[in-house]
Amino acid sequence: MEKHSYEVENLNLWYGSSQALHEVKMDIPSNQVTAIIGPSGCGKSTFLKALNRMVEMVPGVKVAGNIKYNGDDILSSKYHPEELRTKVGMVFQHPNPFPKSIYDNVAFGARVKGIRKKAVLDEMVEKSLKRAAIWDEVKDRLNKNAMGLSGGQQQRICIARAIANEPDVVLMDEPTSALDPISTLRVEELIQQLKEHYTIVVVTHNMQQASRISDRTAFFLNGEIIEYDNTDQIFSNPRDRRTEDYISGRFG
Amino acid sequence: MENAQKSETNNHRLLKKNGSSSKKNEKRGKALVYSSAAIVIIATLAITLFLGYKGIRTFFVFDVSVWNFLTTTDWDGTENSGAFSFIFGSFAVTFLAALVAAPLGIGSAIFMTEIAKKWGQKVLQPVIEILVGIPSVVYGLIGVTVIVPLLRDNVGGLGFSLLAGMIVVGVMILPTITSISADAIKAIPQDIKDASYGLGATRWQTIYKVIIPAALPSLMTAIVLGMARAFGEALAVQMVIGNVKGLPESITDQAATLTSIITLDMPHTTYGSVHNSLLWSLGLFLLIMSYVFIIIIRFVSSRRKV
Repeated sequence: MEKHSYEVENLNLWYGSSQALHEVKMDIPSNQVTAIIGPSGCGKSTFLKALNRMVEMVPGVKVAGNIKYNGDDILSSKYHPEELRTKVGMVFQHPNPFPKSIYDNVAFGARVKGIRKKAVLDEMVEKSLKRAAIWDEVKDRLNKNAMGLSGGQQQRICIARAIANEPDVVLMDEPTSALDPISTLRVEELIQQLKEHYTIVVVTHNMQQASRISDRTAFFLNGEIIEYDNTDQIFSNPRDRRTEDYISGRFG
Repeated sequence: MENAQKSETNNHRLLKKNGSSSKKNEKRGKALVYSSAAIVIIATLAITLFLGYKGIRTFFVFDVSVWNFLTTTDWDGTENSGAFSFIFGSFAVTFLAALVAAPLGIGSAIFMTEIAKKWGQKVLQPVIEILVGIPSVVYGLIGVTVIVPLLRDNVGGLGFSLLAGMIVVGVMILPTITSISADAIKAIPQDIKDASYGLGATRWQTIYKVIIPAALPSLMTAIVLGMARAFGEALAVQMVIGNVKGLPESITDQAATLTSIITLDMPHTTYGSVHNSLLWSLGLFLLIMSYVFIIIIRFVSSRRKV
């Protein structure tokens, strides 16, 4: 049987009185790329942020249902969101490096966990930057401020920062929407490489991107999952009429 | 054809009318704005020049040595007077007040922007605005009637002391530091806070590893502005510090500041005397220091990173 990083069931979520997610059920397979597509406001980012409980930072949010991460119920009050977030990394829509050096950016997560030894940090920074395919570009200026890099480089620093925590899942919220086509290509290639080590969930507006990089695709509409299947199946032979309309560009 | 021409001339006339009146407004507005700017600059220049002229006279007309003036402590109103104890007193009050107000101010700024946003903005913000608006004589009165006896009974000495000055001025500059710090912290983009939480940092870790470092140049600006205010404060300090002309030996000793000596001595001097001129020199020193504070603020805020 296929191993699942996440098993989500009956997930309902409200912002104040408006419901953003309805009865979402979704199993996310390990070491694969799962894409989430859908029009703006369909709840795809909300769903992603529910997976590492970042959604709880929004005032007035209410979550009900079941989210199991590697078998553990992460919505239980006993589960610390900080602990979850060291195992589930997140990459955001806009590159958001800290106004610190490249080194300090990548070492942030480890320092938060209390790792102080320079040798350990050095090794971890190098390994993460290599995995994020940016080591060669920045190895001579690790002490320069990360804000001075290009947008695409910043985003790969953010990816390096996320994987430096040695997570097993990386959540990406439209990671290329603020990047130019060349940088987008590099990040897409990177995502392909990363799935060897990590489970990747990527929210994207760009359907071509979803079809290029993902193994499985979920189509969200108005807070519901309309269709969730292998990416080939969704893009070549969607079962639901609304999925077909969306991927053929009839709306959204 | 004729109609078209007519409407065109009408349009033209309308345009022209509008054009000329808006141009007039334009000119009037411009004159108003330019003259306001000019007046501000002229006033600053005039004050600087006047104070410079008056303050420098001490050293050229009365032959007081600058070195002697800045480093000795014997203040008798003659050519041999030295202002070091007041310079020391002013700096001591300023730094001690900043020592009290900076942690408290930055702490409450973090509280109202990051910890209890709703409560902080509803309650703390108005409280701070009220604190800003209280005249310094009121702080002085409270200092004399509450702080001074309290210190006399519990710490010893007369109560009138550097310590009393530190407390009163510290409370006075607290709202300045708090409100500027709060603005600085509010200006930190949500993006990088999210990044920190997303990496598993707790709220405290996010505050001291991300928010404070990113806001640091602005927080420094807040502290320096507070110190500038403390340095120039006269009335409240004068009421609680004791105004003794000599170097204080401890924090519970009485002292005097540049400002308190100017306000106290000025009525007792004759215009044009050495003593009078010496006071102008103290004023010049205050002005130079306020320029220094502004240069520091400029320097610090040019290093802003976000």
